[in-house]
Amino acid sequence: MAGENVKHLTDAEFDEYVLKGDVPSLVDFWAPWCGPCKAIGPMIEELADEYAGKVQITKMNVDDNPTTPGKYSIRAIPTLLLFKDGEILDQVTGAVGKTQLVAMLNKAL
Amino acid sequence: MANTHHQLIILGGGPAGLTAGLYAARDRLQVMLVEKGVVGGQVLVTDWIDNYPGFPEGLSGFDLIEKMAAQAKRFELETKNANVVKVELTEAKKKLILESGEELTCQTLIICTGARPNKLSIPGEEELTGKGVSFCATCDGPFFRDQEILVVGGGDTAIQEADFLTKFASKVTVIHRRDELRATKVLQEKAFANERVEFIWNSNVVAIEGEKEVERVRIRNNNGEEREIAASGVFILIGTIPNSEILPLEQLGADEFGFVITDDEMCTRVDGVMAAGDIRSKRVRQVINAAGEGAVAAIAAEHYLYDWD
Repeated sequence: MAGENVKHLTDAEFDEYVLKGDVPSLVDFWAPWCGPCKAIGPMIEELADEYAGKVQITKMNVDDNPTTPGKYSIRAIPTLLLFKDGEILDQVTGAVGKTQLVAMLNKAL
Repeated sequence: MANTHHQLIILGGGPAGLTAGLYAARDRLQVMLVEKGVVGGQVLVTDWIDNYPGFPEGLSGFDLIEKMAAQAKRFELETKNANVVKVELTEAKKKLILESGEELTCQTLIICTGARPNKLSIPGEEELTGKGVSFCATCDGPFFRDQEILVVGGGDTAIQEADFLTKFASKVTVIHRRDELRATKVLQEKAFANERVEFIWNSNVVAIEGEKEVERVRIRNNNGEEREIAASGVFILIGTIPNSEILPLEQLGADEFGFVITDDEMCTRVDGVMAAGDIRSKRVRQVINAAGEGAVAAIAAEHYLYDWD
């Protein structure tokens, strides 16, 4: 099924899964009311399939999880943060294309 | 690098591009739509659309685009996600050079690259973008729950979004450089009736200030008097500028702002090159006329191809 490789994160899971994860993680901060967030949804699912085992592709609903977006001063979505070894390696805000995201993800490999 | 040739390439996947794609694919042209981000364009950031006919209850910008994309897909419109860095035009062949180095060529080209939000170009704007400075109320409004924020502008977008933002913000102050609004009457009436929307007239924002996030703005009125206003968010909604950096504007013909000039059939002065949607030089920038222009441009492309062959 499409999207089964996308991990839906909560605030409680963030540190363990992303900061202490064995592989790099992409976190897509999104919300159901955000059109551009929904527009990139299918692409995020494709990337999760293509990068399975190499980069953890995750999504965090900012309405349900206010702590992590607050910690990273996120006041615009979609914002995608790429983490490696507990640090932000790269980030982008807006409905970017797949080509750009692939280039970003490859930096973490 | 692979080189691909098409009868028609459509550059950009907003309402104009998707409609041109629908018409061309349905008429069995060998067509490809090239989009650098995701299809949808500026409509994606429109919370609600009440003036696109056929949807009596209204619908979200996202839903409208999803339907447009699905309709084009039904006729097997080929789409490619790629960033075009240069457009080269000769009468015989139109060439698009991609960031990857790949080249796409076509007999006819429809330019639907659209427009993007205009900026104030003042201190603090760039540095605090995403940290309280926003160009999209729908995207970022909910981050300002129970806060006092500002909207800069006086057109349709500014006034519609000022009203929308009161769903979240405790107070929205519109700062406008004139003493009256350009926005359409129905939007003005709604904003004036909203007790959480206030107005500061005849004033310009000259700086946006804050340590890590927006804390205040500095405004100057038409008498030259300056003052500070505290705010955690500033929504800059002052019209659009064309996405025309990759286009050979001198060859195509453009107005003083860089919007592409066409005739009534959407043809530019370069044979076989059309433009549709917000990239065109025109007064009205609505979803409905972008779509209409896309249809006209696709039919113009067909005429060009059939006369040529």
